[in-house]
Formats: sequence, C-alpha cells, structure tokens
Amino acid sequence: MAKQTQADPKAPVTSLAQSDKPAVEEDYWDNQQKKQGKLFDVAFFYDWCKACGLCASLCPRKIILNDESGKPYIEQMDRCSGCRFCVIHCPDFAITVKDRFADRRRATDEK
Amino acid sequence: MREEAEIIRQEYLRHDKKFPHVWCPGCGIGIVMGALLRAIHNLGLSKDEVVLASGIGCSGRMPTYVDFNTLHTTHGRSLTFATGVKLAKPELNVISVMGDGDATAIGGNHFIHAARRNLDITAIIINNSTYGMTGGQYSPTTPYGSKSTTSVYGHVEHAFSIAELAVTAGASFVGRGTVYHASHLDKLIGQAIQKRGFSVVEVISNCHVQHGRRNKLGGAVEMMQSFKENAVTIGKAAKMSPDEMADKFTIGVLTDIDKPISTDEYRRIAQKAQRKADQVARTKVKNGVKRYEE
Repeated sequence: MAKQTQADPKAPVTSLAQSDKPAVEEDYWDNQQKKQGKLFDVAFFYDWCKACGLCASLCPRKIILNDESGKPYIEQMDRCSGCRFCVIHCPDFAITVKDRFADRRRATDEK
Repeated sequence: MREEAEIIRQEYLRHDKKFPHVWCPGCGIGIVMGALLRAIHNLGLSKDEVVLASGIGCSGRMPTYVDFNTLHTTHGRSLTFATGVKLAKPELNVISVMGDGDATAIGGNHFIHAARRNLDITAIIINNSTYGMTGGQYSPTTPYGSKSTTSVYGHVEHAFSIAELAVTAGASFVGRGTVYHASHLDKLIGQAIQKRGFSVVEVISNCHVQHGRRNKLGGAVEMMQSFKENAVTIGKAAKMSPDEMADKFTIGVLTDIDKPISTDEYRRIAQKAQRKADQVARTKVKNGVKRYEE
C-alpha cells in the first residue's frame, strides 16, 4: 500500500490541498457574493399569492418571512443567493427572481 | 433578458381565465403545471404543436389555464380523447394530464390498454392519494389504514403503485417524481415528451386539505418535507434493505425501452393492404375483367 501511494503522483497533491485549505468562515458565502457583485431582486405578485407558506419554508437562506396574513416579504434582499428554488416551487406563479441591475438601461423587456 | 418565470407567466398562461387558479393554497398541481410549462419551454416546442387533454378532478382544471390546444373531457377518458387526436394528427405532441382516481379507477382500463398499445402519448398522473375535488373519498392509491370520508375508521384495502403498473402494462418510458423535486420533475417530463412511445410520469403530490388533514400529516409544508425524506433515488434504493424501504418510494426513470408504436404499425399495415388491393385490381385488368369502380 505504501508503495502505491508513493507511486501515485496525485496523492501528495491532494493531501497538500486539503491541509492548505482554510477553514470556512462564518459569512463566507456573503463575502463571496459581494466579491462577485451578484445581487438579486425577488418580486412577489401579491394578487396571485395565496399565502401557502411554501416559499418561506423552502428558502435555503431563510430570508423570506411571512407577515400576519401569511403573505411573504423579504427584509434582507442582499442575502438572496438567486437559486430560484422559491420560483419553481410556487404553485401560483407569483414569484420572480431577477438579477439586480440586469437591464437598468433598457426601458422595456426584450426577448 | 426576461426571466424564465416571466416568460412562462406572460406567454403560456391564459390571462383571460380567472387567476389566481382554483387550487387550494400550497397544492402541488400548480408546481406540476409549472414543471410542465418549463419542460415544454426548454424543449422549444411551439404552442400550436402541443395538445393537453385532461379528465375530471382537480387536475382537470389544468388545460383551462394553459395556452395550448386543450381538451377538457369526461371522467377517466382523457387518454381515449388523446388517442383520437394522435390518430388524426400524428405530428402533434399529445399530453394527457390525469389524477390518480381519474387514471387508475375510472379510466384504469383505458390506462393499461393505452400502455399496452404503446401510443405516442405522454401521460402525467398526479397522485395525491385521494379524490380531492369531490370531498376526500378513498382512491386506488390511498394507503392502507389511512382515513378518508368513505373510510372513517381506516382504509381496509391496499394501495397499488401506478408507476409499476405502467411498467407491467408495457409503457416505453416510466418515471416517478415528486412535487418537492421540481427541477428533477421538469427534466423527467421533458424526457417523457421527447420519448417516442407511451410515456408515463407519476408525480407524487400533496393534498393537505383532504388527505393530510384527516390523517394528521400536517399542512403543505410538512407534506413537502415528508416527500423530501421519503423519496429515494433508484440507485440508492438498490442498496437499501426492504425494511429500510418500508415507508419510502423510489424516484427517477423506472424503465426506458424502445418498442414499435401502434400508430406507425397501423399505417404500415394500411399501406400493405393498399398495395395488396392494387395488385388484385391490376391482375383483374390484365385478365380482362371490367372494373366497375373506375
């Protein structure tokens, strides 16, 4: 076994990479997102929303909150990671997630 | 650039129908409809080459809201109408949406024989283990011991699995998904539409109003979490023991085989018969028999 590990060129590289890898910081993903400059806007279409609470429970960042009547709202919009998990799980087609500043110079939507 | 969700909302829905739709808050049928629209949008099909047929029930409301060629038919006869459309216009993509009672109880015979004939139809069966619209009576997929309007002290019969029934009946493509695994679901539906042959997608959905409330399964969120916990992929299920698999179900593509399609076979036979008839006519002319038809 020892011979095999010595002969294998990949083995020391992987071990080095593992040891050099820093521990994951607490707000790693927030920093990463700010570095990339990707922010998202979540729009709720309240006329179609039935306040089922699926989006709030399925959000991986837990940023969607429910108000007294059960309708969703977001306070910390910058923390949205843009996964669209709420969009595909909304039974009422009431959620849109957009890249922020994606088309700010355009007056109307184009195909 | 518009978002995919915006395109679906603006182009694939009929806004002259009353929105928000009639389904209960948190109902999985809305998620299935979203997955179906996303699958069709990603395949690049035009709206005119898709036909959506449905029967009666909660799922029967789906063709009302989408802007394809749609058919809202009688109870359990969604597949029979779809068969007629497919025979008349084989170039169309025919999709039939059914509920579990619609497909396996009232239309059970149509379902297994459509699978046996192997028509080029996609059947999407939304399985919420109860008759939701009529008030929560038990259906063929209601689990043993669970309560419903017609089995107040617990159901005495056993449920059967729709996907395995379709495999046995001879469908070319059978897949099973849940409403929690929504992106997996639209991949499955896309594969099923592209597949030539009878393709079945069984979608495990939640009816928290009729089924969940009577059996204390919680609301839409709790039922959705239970799908996440109980769904096992086929590769993982092969390594698990039967005791571990007791309350769980498999998701993924159960079967994917190539078989001749009955509409193609029918055309081939018709051509063969036509050639034979022409041959007979030609020999008659050669032998000096007068042909009265011409």
